[in-house]
Amino acid sequence: MTVLKSVAILGGSPTDIVIEKDTIASIGPTTKPGVDCSGLVALPGLVDLHTHLRQPGFEASETVLSGSRSGAAGGYTALFAMANTMPVADTASVVEQVLDLGQRAGYVQVQPIGAVTKGLAGTELAALGSMARSKAGVRVFSDDGMCVYDPAIMLQALQFVKQIGGVLAQHAQEPRLTEGAQMNDSALATELGLTGWPSVAEESIIARDALLAEKTGARLHICHLTTAGAVDVVRWAKKRGIFITAEVTPHHLLLTEELVRSYDPIYKVNPPLRQVEDTVALQEALVDGTIDIVGTDHAPHSEEKKDCEWENAAFGMVGLENAASVVQQVMLDRGASWNDVARVLSSKPAEIGGLSNQGRLEVGAEANITLIDPSASREITRQSHSASTNNPFNGYTLPGQVVHTLFRGGFTVQDAKVVERD
Amino acid sequence: MRHLVSIADLNLDEATYLLDNAQELSRINEREVKKLPALTGKTVVNLFYENSTRTRISFEIAATRLSADLINFSASTSSLSKGESLKDTAQTLEALGADAIVVRHPMSGAAHQLAHRGWISSSIINAGDGAHEHPTQALLDALTIRQQLGAGSDLRGLRVLIVGDIRHSRVARSNVLLLKLLGASVEVAGPATLIPEGIDCMGASVSDSFDESLGRNPDVVMMLRVQRERMQGHFMPSEREYQQMWGLSRERLKRVRQDAMILHPGPMNRGFEISSEAADDPRSAVLQQVQNGVAVRMAVLHELLAGDKS
Amino acid sequence: MQRVVLDDAEIGRCLKRISHEILESTSGASNLVILGIPTRGISLAQRIAEQLGQIDPEFEPESGVLDITMFRDDLVAADRKLAPTVIPGGSIDDKVVILVDDVLFSGRSVRAALDALLDFGRPKAVKLAVLVDRGHRELPIRPDFVGKNLPTSITERVNVHLTEHDGNDEVVISS
Repeated sequence: MTVLKSVAILGGSPTDIVIEKDTIASIGPTTKPGVDCSGLVALPGLVDLHTHLRQPGFEASETVLSGSRSGAAGGYTALFAMANTMPVADTASVVEQVLDLGQRAGYVQVQPIGAVTKGLAGTELAALGSMARSKAGVRVFSDDGMCVYDPAIMLQALQFVKQIGGVLAQHAQEPRLTEGAQMNDSALATELGLTGWPSVAEESIIARDALLAEKTGARLHICHLTTAGAVDVVRWAKKRGIFITAEVTPHHLLLTEELVRSYDPIYKVNPPLRQVEDTVALQEALVDGTIDIVGTDHAPHSEEKKDCEWENAAFGMVGLENAASVVQQVMLDRGASWNDVARVLSSKPAEIGGLSNQGRLEVGAEANITLIDPSASREITRQSHSASTNNPFNGYTLPGQVVHTLFRGGFTVQDAKVVERD
Repeated sequence: MRHLVSIADLNLDEATYLLDNAQELSRINEREVKKLPALTGKTVVNLFYENSTRTRISFEIAATRLSADLINFSASTSSLSKGESLKDTAQTLEALGADAIVVRHPMSGAAHQLAHRGWISSSIINAGDGAHEHPTQALLDALTIRQQLGAGSDLRGLRVLIVGDIRHSRVARSNVLLLKLLGASVEVAGPATLIPEGIDCMGASVSDSFDESLGRNPDVVMMLRVQRERMQGHFMPSEREYQQMWGLSRERLKRVRQDAMILHPGPMNRGFEISSEAADDPRSAVLQQVQNGVAVRMAVLHELLAGDKS
Repeated sequence: MQRVVLDDAEIGRCLKRISHEILESTSGASNLVILGIPTRGISLAQRIAEQLGQIDPEFEPESGVLDITMFRDDLVAADRKLAPTVIPGGSIDDKVVILVDDVLFSGRSVRAALDALLDFGRPKAVKLAVLVDRGHRELPIRPDFVGKNLPTSITERVNVHLTEHDGNDEVVISS
């Protein structure tokens, strides 16, 4: 039995939580002694619908174990592992392997995502049905890293995914408009001599896929929205009653293309950092619910892939340990509540991903709980629990610190330190 | 000044100073003994990831005229092609004693990284990085213009027209920045697909027609070299269409003012972006550009390397 | 703490005397080329040339400039601006070159000037005229014509002001 004392659930008045084995047994004042959580805010364990754990195939950048530890440190109790591993997660055997790695690591619930097309090549559908029926029970399908650009393939995929009762997460990037693209398409790209990635390459795919989703009645999720125009398209689609959900990353909420002036590849990411107007639109959309969730798009890369020429550098930023702080800053500053923070970081991602055991902090629910000290302030460095150091928030000061993380009733993080397991 | 990576790093005083010194150094060409001891004992490395005989030789002559030791590191003949990272190559060169590295690289930002990422502490001279900048080219172009048309130390009041593939041109970018800095006004012209977004934010006005631009009587017409591979149905429907609409043909040459200048960074595609008549016209200052290139590079090397380093 | 060690009248007398000494030592002005070392050496060379022209009407009262920037071994960032080198008559071959500078101190500028001269030709002889010799030589260099010998301590600063540059004529020592 574990007791959390004086904890402010979703920022409310301090109360106690009693956990028995892996379940929340009661919420309310108790005389039982326990861990002093005064000053801490409790959220249901955070759920990331968009993480790259790199295993199998890219273990130099991250493994399921190191990624899980980083997730736990960031307050996460569930991570959806994207399929762009090597081999690609396009068959039942690979997704079962990832599931197994996650269970053995034991820090978070690792839920594998299945590829939409074989090898992410975009030309033939992957074994969607067998991945769904496998032990991994895949319900979220994505070619993230690549765009499902062929509308005919996309239409068929949506039909299959609807039948399976899953959701298709699209990485919206028209490849023929973004050949060789390195950064946002703008006057700055011209100045720096880098090929631009125009907003229309994102927005046109979202609009197209929204209409395809409407036709099929399937659930469509748009990964990492980055432009004000994309927000408008999602808003339009939702108004039409299309089953569309959208996600934004912590880095796109706060960082802009100005950082690229330094030619430091730590700022190289796909889709790219955009302009101030875009970050404002994304922040507003997150608060008003047009954007449903925050997904980290945690994309670790070993040093030599970032310590080189811009064009040669890999795209991606780590983010599991920044997310809660960024969301706290962005949402609370705009007058939103901890309820809203929990919605975008936990309950809504759990709902979209179909994890009924996550995203709920109530009696009878599985005990996945994140405890944050909102008054703390952290100076972010490149070091974290991830195996990689490509953190664009290096040098920033962000609010909030994850103090405890409980996964299925056990501490994975205690007193801001990851608990060692054998 | 420790590095010359981008024109954007120079202010008017610094740019003028380099041009003035280059002007003095250009007179060395008229002397019998074309050598000065200023950089004795200094080692300059040409780190060329892209083949470029002209610029490489120009830097080589500049360095040796100042008595520096010069070493050439070409992409095709060294470990550069064995997958060694830029960082490792740079650190090796510094360990071998390079005081300055002249770098030409196909990727934008390479020179900036060498100068600022803390891998090495040698002086860095950008000899062209991707589509980003080619500062010494802009300086030699400005010097050439100033010698012939400049009234004072700057280019105030002069109108320069740059024609060609602006999108992929580092020469265009550096020139737009430097010409603006020196007070000239710049107009760029080329196919719509080859005019990049925001070039007006860098200070140039945009024209959709070479002929209309000529109607505005520019003082300088700068023709950019076109990469013919880009012309096959990608950015342009065909080479022929490019030549008809954007080439400095015999007919267009007649409409260039008698006292105007024609410039080209070289090497020229005779008969394509520039007709032979235009290339050989008395208004063409192409050879002067080449001569000034050595002087400008001497001035830059001298500024970065001579004397004590604190 | 500043004191004036030469006022305008004294400077005038020094330059007049130096001019006479030059003519005496070279038995006439037919072969002379006067070159000033930038910055103030240029004006001093001009004045000496004018004086020579007054004393010996056969002398063409023109002087030149010898830029030594590219030959120095003691450059400081501010010093690197190049000045044009101007040789009156176009050549120094077989001439007697009079180098003119304002202050002779370590001797390094003169050493650089001698190297620079070699690039332009082969003079018959080179002589050195300075307004002030303040001692503390670091090289075996000695002047042929001196306006004033000024013993100084190494920490003192000697500044020559000339009307052409600074509005008035005087030499000051400051500590």
